[in-house]
Amino acid sequence: MSTEAHVVHTAATPANEWDGGAFPFRVGHRKLGMWLFIVSDAMTFSALLVGYSYARAASDQWPTPFPFFPSIIFSTTMTLFLLASSFTMVMAVKASAENRLKAARRWIFATMLGGLTFLVLHLIEWKHLIDEGLRPFRLADEMAEHWPQAPPLFGASFFSITGLHMFHVLTGVLYLGWVALRISKTRHEDVEISGLYWHFVDLVWMFVFPLIYLMSVNYNA
Amino acid sequence: MGRALAVFLWVMTLLSVWMFLSGKWWFPRSISEHGPAYDQQFVLTIIVVGVAFTAAQLALGYAVWRFRDTGGGERAVYSHGNNRMEMLWTAITAFIFITVAILGQRVWAGLHFQPAPADSSRVRVLAQQFQWNFHYPGPDGKFGITRPEKISDESLNYIGLDDADPASKDDAVVGTLVTQVNRPAELILSARDVTHSIWIPPLRFKQDAVPGLEIPVHFTPNRVGRYEIACAELCGQQHYKMKSYMLVLPPDEYAALVALSQAQFQSRVTELYKKYPVSY
Amino acid sequence: MADAEIPQEHHDEAGHAHAAGHHGPPTSFIRKYIFSIDHKVIGIQYLLLALFSVFVGLVMSVLMRLKLTWPEHQWPLLSTIFGDGAPNGVMTPELYLSLVTMHGTIMVFFVLTTAPQGGFGNYFLPIQIGAEDMAFPVLNMLSFWVTFVGLVVLLAAIFAAGSSVVGPTGGWTGYPPLSAIGHLLNVPGQDWGLNLWVTSIAIFCVASLLGALNFITTLLNLRTRGMSLMRMPLTCWSWFTTAILALLSFPVLLAAGILLLLDHNAGTSFFVPGGLSNGTTVIDHQGGSPILWQHLFWFFGHPEVYIAILPGMGATSHILSTFARKPVFGYRAMVFAMFAIGLLGFFVWGHHMFLSGMSPYTGMAFSILTLSIGVPSAIKTFNWLGTLWGGRIRFTTPMLFAVGFVSLFVAGGITGLVLGQTSLDLSMHDTYFVLAHFHLVMGVAAIFGMFAGVYFWFPKMFGRMMSEKWGKVHFWPTMVGVYCIFIPMHAMGVVGMPRRYSQFTETVNGKTTHIYEFLTSTDPLVLFVTVSAIVTAVVQVIFFWNFFYSLFRGPKASDNPWEATTLEWVTATPPPHDNFGGRVPTVYRGAYEYGVPGAPEDYVMQTTPDEEAAPAGALGQGGLHGQGNGHGNGHERHDG
Ligand code: HEA
Ligand code: HEA
Ligand code: CUA
Ligand SMILES: [Cu+2]
Repeated sequence: MSTEAHVVHTAATPANEWDGGAFPFRVGHRKLGMWLFIVSDAMTFSALLVGYSYARAASDQWPTPFPFFPSIIFSTTMTLFLLASSFTMVMAVKASAENRLKAARRWIFATMLGGLTFLVLHLIEWKHLIDEGLRPFRLADEMAEHWPQAPPLFGASFFSITGLHMFHVLTGVLYLGWVALRISKTRHEDVEISGLYWHFVDLVWMFVFPLIYLMSVNYNA
Repeated sequence: MGRALAVFLWVMTLLSVWMFLSGKWWFPRSISEHGPAYDQQFVLTIIVVGVAFTAAQLALGYAVWRFRDTGGGERAVYSHGNNRMEMLWTAITAFIFITVAILGQRVWAGLHFQPAPADSSRVRVLAQQFQWNFHYPGPDGKFGITRPEKISDESLNYIGLDDADPASKDDAVVGTLVTQVNRPAELILSARDVTHSIWIPPLRFKQDAVPGLEIPVHFTPNRVGRYEIACAELCGQQHYKMKSYMLVLPPDEYAALVALSQAQFQSRVTELYKKYPVSY
Repeated sequence: MADAEIPQEHHDEAGHAHAAGHHGPPTSFIRKYIFSIDHKVIGIQYLLLALFSVFVGLVMSVLMRLKLTWPEHQWPLLSTIFGDGAPNGVMTPELYLSLVTMHGTIMVFFVLTTAPQGGFGNYFLPIQIGAEDMAFPVLNMLSFWVTFVGLVVLLAAIFAAGSSVVGPTGGWTGYPPLSAIGHLLNVPGQDWGLNLWVTSIAIFCVASLLGALNFITTLLNLRTRGMSLMRMPLTCWSWFTTAILALLSFPVLLAAGILLLLDHNAGTSFFVPGGLSNGTTVIDHQGGSPILWQHLFWFFGHPEVYIAILPGMGATSHILSTFARKPVFGYRAMVFAMFAIGLLGFFVWGHHMFLSGMSPYTGMAFSILTLSIGVPSAIKTFNWLGTLWGGRIRFTTPMLFAVGFVSLFVAGGITGLVLGQTSLDLSMHDTYFVLAHFHLVMGVAAIFGMFAGVYFWFPKMFGRMMSEKWGKVHFWPTMVGVYCIFIPMHAMGVVGMPRRYSQFTETVNGKTTHIYEFLTSTDPLVLFVTVSAIVTAVVQVIFFWNFFYSLFRGPKASDNPWEATTLEWVTATPPPHDNFGGRVPTVYRGAYEYGVPGAPEDYVMQTTPDEEAAPAGALGQGGLHGQGNGHGNGHERHDG
């Protein structure tokens, strides 16, 4: 975006950075903008997770269909990939800060790889659940048998929340790809910003994972 | 211009106050035990906010009159405010508002913080587009089971009463709410399609009937007569005429009525309608 | 990150070049007026969008009044417009409901969330803080065009149901199950009409989010030298607070909207419980809760009403001070009150749900919090009076509307204290009392804030003055008219008249009767309100005419026609592409230095250095205002 209004008033440093002519948080526009976007996006996810918790608390029964093996192991693996990608992203930012652009690019590719693996595993899991008969409007037959009083909201909340998260991961991968390709043309700050987004997506998963998966462990299986 | 504005503000204030004081447009006379307490709280609040409203408008009118620029060229008072005054009116309004807020919970608490008294009459209410169904347990005092899959408008089973359930045999489901005067009535509200809201103005009572929830509420009507029930939550194109009546009956008439079976219940209600014309 | 002045080092020179980012004025028509990234053009676009929307909403409100007053009258014209929505020219109940829904949605979203913030905020926030543009100009353009798409989708909803109705019929609050499964119950307008309605709102949420983060970033990062937070005009504070509210509340509505869309189309049941029936079959949904929607909606909805009014409050403070020729009374208190309103606004949403089946204890907590929100509102009212007190008031048209704002805000706000009590809400909920409350405070106070803004800023925006004479001719009937429309609604509410009723009388076999006898006494009021509404609506023609006429024919405006102090009056009229013609202003004092003793004029611009402003000591008041001596004539460009 070559059109951002740039700070013009860099001439004198005011006594207090809140007095104008300076960045009070010592953060440029884009980074501040990203932080704000993250705040608002966090509100969206909070609303969904609160909605999910509300529905769950209000139901007589709620399916806990995920056996430790394979579901939880599988989703933990997914989680690990995502976590690892956060780590590689840290490395990317570090490399970029030290102006080692090649390394930064490689670390970003690694991050994308982590994200993509997460996506693929996630889709496999989705397919698995869909094959079992889980739908946004219907429980899988097996679940319906086990939890006859349970409303069909399990599928609805599972697909909508993880779906929205997946969408974030996907956009994140694309975004990182764009940053990686343009790394010699962008500023370090832009790499940092993409990192912020990526960590946020990761952080959201750290709420989704316990709330959707770990709270639905089937101990009897 | 300033003077005209001031005069307008004052006249408008007077007329608004007159509208409330005239009594031309007021609540219908109360028919419930909590009604007088409600009216009292309403009057108190109206006085508080009325005084604040009047004071604020009068002051605004005064200011625009008194401080209009008359062209003499002199300057306004140069002042950035006054912290002591600021504290003072913050404290005063905070005090008034919190007091009003707390007083404003009394009627509410009386109605909603305790369950219905044991001797209440009980009616289940199932609202639908666009009618009210009141379900009476009959002499056995037990409500028959209802099942959504039994609902059939065609066979007039609006609430899905299960006739296989013995408790349902003596139940009556009619479109009229019947209560006994001076006896607490408990309503268990629900809806079978969308959200409705039962609204009986002279009773000073309103409560949403929400699908999927059973909301128990109670009140004590204390004047015999027939009163209109309106629906206060948008429920579709005929929301405006989802109308019914509440009959508040003397004990003997009440007892005789609720002992009747469905068909007789209905026709007796029609008779009672004649006996008790709507009146406010 | 020790060095924070300039955002970090660049990876290379190419990066540097693009980051410097002064954008020169575009030349092609499209880049200049349509897909412009100039905040001023975007502001005007928002304003025009709001003007168009308000016109539609206004016409709808008149149609509603016609239906309420003469429910069975035939207006053949209507059958031409609405087809089956008005067979033989008689409006159907469903047409009425879709008018209500559209009127509410358009007014709340596309008028009051666009013009005050997206319009005036966009145009004047950067100028008032001395910036060249918003922080993210492209994002800014996107916000507008996304909003525009939202409006188009909403208007499409009108035609979605073919010829039978005007659109969705579920009210602007869209409560499920009516909105989620209305189509399964054959409620007209709830099929595609609803889809488009929710989609439009979701789109609008996205646009508002983008806008909000842009506003916040701009305000924090782009203030010019000397523009400390406590020197900002109160308008900037109000846009800032509003943006924060929008940033935190719209995402929740977005989430709710997505879930509703899923319920409506994908068969999920977030908001639909089990065991519902359409009278023959059981509806295939299960497990959800209608109350959940209400929580999510009002968690957004209450902050939203403050989003609607805060910019109006800011503009009012600004204009009152300007024309009373007196500093704002209690500037700091005004700022804190604004933030208090914003903050408390997030904890009172339950007051819309006292009777929804929510726990009565929760209701009580919400009730007490609700009344506390009156305290900062009262502070604001007192300070407005304090600002006028001792002033030398000039009654220009913007000033008249600003005074009208105060009057209307008190009139409307005060009934919030009635509605806010759980006990009293038992009777008042969903009656015309609520309509009276929110129309006074939102439907007209906030609108008056906009009127004041238009009359005040028009010269700066378009370089021409609006006619003062016609402005006053517009003001008087509007002021009288809106009180005549909305004060009687209180009385209707006390009598018990429920809202969203398409009619109150019915003609059967040639005999007209009241559907509800308890409403008989309201007949004269209904008629009075309708007549007032029609007159008031017609009077708005004067405004529109004045607006568009002055656009081309108004007398040329000087740079500072109102003798005001803030930065927008420092620059040329209309401002150049980069706002200040390359000369970035430096700010020396607070925004409202009027009536300064000893100063050559009775006002001192924010940009006037101390030495030029006034004799020593005259301006000293805390750290806010600079001191100095000497004389001068405001800013150098002011007299040029
Ligand atoms: C701009 C919009 C706006 C604003 C600012 C407000 C402000 C307030 N609102 Fe309002 N409200 C709406 C828009 C707004 N509202 C809308 C749109 C609805 C209906 C939605 C729907 O259902 O469709 C609604 C509905 C609504 C309800 C629900 C009613 C119901 O459905 O049953 C309640 C209940 O508590 C309420 C309360 C309040 C309160 C306490 C304030 C307070 O903030 C007001 C504070 C102001 C003052 C108090 C006046 C100034 C003070 C003084 C002059 C001081 C002196 C006073 C004294 C000493 C008493 N509002
Ligand atoms: C901003 C909000 C706004 C505004 C301005 C209005 C304006 C009006 N409203 Fe509206 N109304 C709502 C918000 C608003 N309303 C909402 C939210 C609902 C609830 C919907 C629901 O229940 O779902 C509602 C519902 C509603 C109903 C109730 C329907 C019902 O429940 O049965 C009625 C009935 O008479 C009504 C009437 C009017 C009238 C006569 C006017 C006007 O004609 C009054 C006169 C107005 C003006 C004089 C202002 C003109 C403004 C301009 C020309 C602006 C200029 C533009 C710029 C400066 C940029 N409105
Ligand atoms: Cu039932 Cu409205
Ligand atoms: Cu509210």
